[in-house]
Amino acid sequence: MAKRSHRFEIAIHYLILSILGILFLLPLLWMLFASVDPNAIQALKVPEKVTFQNFNSILTDPGLMRSFVIGFFISGGQALLVVFLCIIAAYPLSRYTLKYKKSFMMTILFLTSLPITAVMVPVYQLFLTLKLQDSLIATTLFLTASSLPYGIWMMKNFMDSVPIELEESAWVDGASTLRGIRSIVAPLMLPGIFTVGIFTFAGSWGNFFVPYILIQTPEKMPASVTIFQFFGNFGMVNYGRLAAFSVLYTIPVVVFYAFSQSYMSKGFSLGGATKG
Amino acid sequence: MQYQEAKHQVKQITRKRNDGLKSVFFLAPSWVLLLLFFITPMLLTIFFSFTNLSLTGSAASKLEFVGFQNFVNIFEDPQFRSSIYKTIIFLFFSAIIGQCFFGFFIAFLMKEKNKLFRQIIGLIIIAAWVTPEVVVSFCWVAFLGDNGTLNQLIELFHFKPIAWLFTFPMISVIIANIWRGTAFSMMVFQAALDDIPKEIEEAAIIDGASKWKVITKVTIPMVKGTIATNMMLVTLQTLGVFTLIYTMTGGGPGNATMTLPVLMYKQAFVSYQLGYGTAISLTLLLIGVVASLLYMKTLKMKV
Repeated sequence: MAKRSHRFEIAIHYLILSILGILFLLPLLWMLFASVDPNAIQALKVPEKVTFQNFNSILTDPGLMRSFVIGFFISGGQALLVVFLCIIAAYPLSRYTLKYKKSFMMTILFLTSLPITAVMVPVYQLFLTLKLQDSLIATTLFLTASSLPYGIWMMKNFMDSVPIELEESAWVDGASTLRGIRSIVAPLMLPGIFTVGIFTFAGSWGNFFVPYILIQTPEKMPASVTIFQFFGNFGMVNYGRLAAFSVLYTIPVVVFYAFSQSYMSKGFSLGGATKG
Repeated sequence: MQYQEAKHQVKQITRKRNDGLKSVFFLAPSWVLLLLFFITPMLLTIFFSFTNLSLTGSAASKLEFVGFQNFVNIFEDPQFRSSIYKTIIFLFFSAIIGQCFFGFFIAFLMKEKNKLFRQIIGLIIIAAWVTPEVVVSFCWVAFLGDNGTLNQLIELFHFKPIAWLFTFPMISVIIANIWRGTAFSMMVFQAALDDIPKEIEEAAIIDGASKWKVITKVTIPMVKGTIATNMMLVTLQTLGVFTLIYTMTGGGPGNATMTLPVLMYKQAFVSYQLGYGTAISLTLLLIGVVASLLYMKTLKMKV
């Protein structure tokens, strides 16, 4: 008797999860189907014939392609900078006994959780005053700064798990600190480096608000902004092209996430990542 | 041999002396960027919110201190007050009830299920989370559109189509945000639930505890810290949500979905009232600061 009710309960669990799964899938499925459907409509429908016409029209639009390149420049540049700066900043925090370490880490943790949205008005004013508005490099640097707290925090925790003894033997052999980092510490914490880099890239690739505020010239807009403008201009007319653009725009982050999947679980056990 | 050791010791001492210098050198680039682009804007927020800063008009030429005028203005402005209320509704239903509850619920149901099934469901939910915010917004605008998937579905059951984004704008953006954010909480709770030793729950069942009792008296207390931390993180993330709402409804129809970030954008960059906009920024920052401090406190409790 007890066994049967248990089995019934498990079946209910499967049923609820399947329904939730379908509800989560439906909006995404529309995008996938519409992108290959030359006669896409607003509702989900299986394409009568599959063509790459929609993709073609996006891929051959030089303006849209430029925005992809700019997006890669901003997000890629930012991710590389964040990884580099976080490794060298995390090193003394992980290895040395510093007087202000605790308060520094607390400040970092505090900054991690503040919403970036809230500082955008003064950042805009700051960019105006320093004549930095419309500069892709300045925008990249601002985005870099905004990811540093999280990056340093994560990187320090990853670095703490690399035993110092390995480095010491390199020092005895005459290696400098920087060399030790490059040839001993960095290779051993590669998963951590990838996690920080990929998180940074994905967050920035999808960031619409920051470039929307800080960049004015239409030709300098990254894909996150052009896709919104595209939606405003054609979105309600040509669903197929909008969906194809969305798929193309989503692919880079999906690829990166798939790549990082084996490392991801590490970042998610809050217990492990929060030791100060 | 002894010589080697002595040399090693000398090296270690010089190394110690250089540590301070090296740390400064290693930390400096990060500090410069943080000071310039993060801490300065925060201080400017405090400063500007006491001025008549604006981009156009007579006030644009001359920056003046206006004391607490901006704050008097915003708190007298019915739009601001209704925006606070809408932000709280959005936070409560989309972050706390939505993402935290659903995240826990899904993570809990997924426990000890068929591996392939877990992977498929997990993949779908994470796909929603990975998708860029603007694309999430398109998918939902289409899904909820007049001729969208949802209306087609309810027509199957002979209901009349509904203009969801106009009739239920707040519910629409809340659901879209839950859809996007649940994966984060789900993964956090999956990691936490996996850490609970199986024996503890089994022992409770053998002792005759009902399933519900096991959940409320054993499972939840064991992941209490994670629940608190996750709630704070999700609240902070949701507080800053601008893109999803702005691209789905633009804060409308009327002011129906005008949360604080959208109002801040409208005031600062559409009406060019930067002083007023920064006063809203400061309000957002203060809410963020309080939530951050609470978050840090829950972390300390755990560590």
